Amino acid sequence: MSNDAAFVEFQRVQKSYDGEVLVVKDLNLSLPKGEFLTMLGPSGSGKTTCLMMLAGFETATHGEIMLDGRPINNIPPHKRGIGMVFQNYALFPHMTVAENLSFPLEVRKMGKDQREEKVKRALDMVQMGAFGSRRPAQLSGGQQQRIALARALVFEPELVLMDEPLGALDKQLREHMQFEITRLAHELGITTVYVTHDQTEALTMSDRVAVFDDGRIQQLAPPDLLYEEPENSFVAQFIGENNTLEGVVKSIDGDSCVVTLDDGSEIDAKPVNVHNAGERTKVSIRPERVEFNKDRLHADAHTLKATVKEFIYMGDVFRFRLSVAGNDDFIIKTRNAPDAVKLHPGQEVEIGWLAQDCRALDA
Amino acid sequence: MTDASQNAGPMLAADGTPLKQSLARSLRRQKLRALLLIAPLLLFVLFSFIIPIASMLFRSVENGIVEKTLPLTVVALETWDEKSGELPDEAVYDAFVRDMIVAVSEKKHTRLGSRLNYEEPGISSLFRKTGRKIRKWDPEADAPFKEKLIDAEKGWGDVENWRVIKTHSRNVTPGYFLAAVDLRLTPDGVAAQPEEKQILVKLFGRTLFMSLIITGSCILLAYPVSYLLATLPMRVSNLLMILVLLPFWTSLLVRTSAWKVMLQQQGVINETLVWLGLVADDARLVIINNQIGTIVAMTHILLPFMILPMYSVMQTIPQSYTRAAKSMGATNWTTFWRIYFPQSIPGIGAGSILVFILAIGYYITPEIVGGTKGVFISNRIAYHISSSLNWGLAAALGTILLAVVMLLYWCYDKIVGIDNVKLG
Repeated sequence: MSNDAAFVEFQRVQKSYDGEVLVVKDLNLSLPKGEFLTMLGPSGSGKTTCLMMLAGFETATHGEIMLDGRPINNIPPHKRGIGMVFQNYALFPHMTVAENLSFPLEVRKMGKDQREEKVKRALDMVQMGAFGSRRPAQLSGGQQQRIALARALVFEPELVLMDEPLGALDKQLREHMQFEITRLAHELGITTVYVTHDQTEALTMSDRVAVFDDGRIQQLAPPDLLYEEPENSFVAQFIGENNTLEGVVKSIDGDSCVVTLDDGSEIDAKPVNVHNAGERTKVSIRPERVEFNKDRLHADAHTLKATVKEFIYMGDVFRFRLSVAGNDDFIIKTRNAPDAVKLHPGQEVEIGWLAQDCRALDA
Repeated sequence: MTDASQNAGPMLAADGTPLKQSLARSLRRQKLRALLLIAPLLLFVLFSFIIPIASMLFRSVENGIVEKTLPLTVVALETWDEKSGELPDEAVYDAFVRDMIVAVSEKKHTRLGSRLNYEEPGISSLFRKTGRKIRKWDPEADAPFKEKLIDAEKGWGDVENWRVIKTHSRNVTPGYFLAAVDLRLTPDGVAAQPEEKQILVKLFGRTLFMSLIITGSCILLAYPVSYLLATLPMRVSNLLMILVLLPFWTSLLVRTSAWKVMLQQQGVINETLVWLGLVADDARLVIINNQIGTIVAMTHILLPFMILPMYSVMQTIPQSYTRAAKSMGATNWTTFWRIYFPQSIPGIGAGSILVFILAIGYYITPEIVGGTKGVFISNRIAYHISSSLNWGLAAALGTILLAVVMLLYWCYDKIVGIDNVKLG
């Protein structure tokens, strides 16, 4: 009854803690075996609740959660066989590293020899083979993180849940562990559900990302689509850096439209969430897609007048803050290349973009 | 010698003074400030705790009264062989009369009598009567005294009384400590107290045993409550906490008296049981004025001292531990026993030490509900302090109690480790 296309499935799941407010509203999600799915969202968006429902620590108020084709709503957590990595690692302080890893095998009544072998293999897998006799308190944050990972994997679960596992690490270690976790997940072919509020983490690690807000999945897509083709203004704002201009749709012509901004100027955009002329819209454009070199634009493209407010040198990129159509926080980025144009505060420029780079979304 | 760090001498500060000295000077103000802040408490503890304890320790071995009251006699007795079975010679009697005349005029002889009475019952009245008779004697004109004194009080013809004086004439005596463990110092060495006076060792044993039972029942009752307090939502647990602390707001005496009402033969519990027909009217349970009464009442009174440390330790055990264990396949029981319980042990340890040490020295409750079979060693100490006025014995008993507590504390440190005790 194995179902590889929908190894984990949420069907119309709702969750409320107090009977008044729904923390999770009508969640539908299915992920195939072996996928690395990240639930990304601001705090309070319901992503951790979803994870806890999957692990069995919270019960769904309504709806069905399926694991490998079986409904698991009434199966207690310890019988679900799901590996889990917690935010604070939850390594048992009164046991050594090896005892921590051995614990899930012991409760499965595995023989001593087999246990030792598996613990050793799991420790080697995270390059911590020499640390078996240490206590968790004697390890650094990154080392504890590796042990927590090894412990969640040592009993060979098919599904592993991770609840912001890298939140407590410094930036460099975090980047290293991101790579490490994805490598292991793909090598072992485990299905992973990963919760984070860090979008870089979500983009770099996942096969697909589910962006949560207000108890709903706002968009479920691979990272590149999520960044380049956000489906609504929340996702556009939440993922990456984004410039927003507000206005009214003047005309729609198939794949492109013209938007009249609130100050009267007109721009080209690609209609995504708007269907009729006269609708209000928020247009979204990524900082690196803004052009101030007129030669690269269409001859008949609309352009906007902008005043440079600030120049920020960031090494690999230049970052400019502009005042455009009443928006003082319009950001432009250019690569620090030999031919890069440098703008100076106070300078007046004309900017524009390709219609397909500018998405007209819901207001 | 180009590098300063290669210099063999001490590190120097910028102005050439040694760095250590310079550092000490810069910290001196801070240290002085800290000292001033703790000074009131330090003085208070010194006068109310350290000095009394030191004086208690001293009093339990101090025995200057014999030599101070009978200085000449003590010197004269040195040459007398107490094991010969013969009375001391005239020199001793002469010295004794001279000492006594001085003592009587200073009214000190009765105090010596009471002191020696602890060792030899009856000697107190001998001193009192002798004092009355020799008040008018003249040390020069009335000699020799041996016959005369024995005529006046025939107790002085008894070798035993002289042996008691000589045995206890030393300034420092182990007598009180021996008495505290049902032994006594006789001229022939250390011997057991007479059978009917051997109660203190038994009382020490009972105190330890009952304190252990009280600690044990406190652990059993407090653990589930603390667990609930630590896991319930804040609002509910706060309410429950108030219920736990409620007894603290009631006077200890009131609570103990309430148990008297509850437990006596015509009390609430017995009446209820009789009314339910579980107990016959003529066979009412005896649950007060004995060990059961003391254990029940003291468990109730000391329970908060167990709950509070347990609660504060359990509160620090994150929920993610139990969740992690369950996600790894552990059942509820395994999770509790392998993961939760080991981490709550510091709380049990702290609570147990607190309750046990409080229990071992408890006084009011055993006094009220303990009858004769349920009293503790502290009741005996109180008796010697306020009724028999044998302060030396009381001090010795207190010292032994202190030593026992410290010994147990040391054992606990060796077995469980004192850094395993957490109050939160």
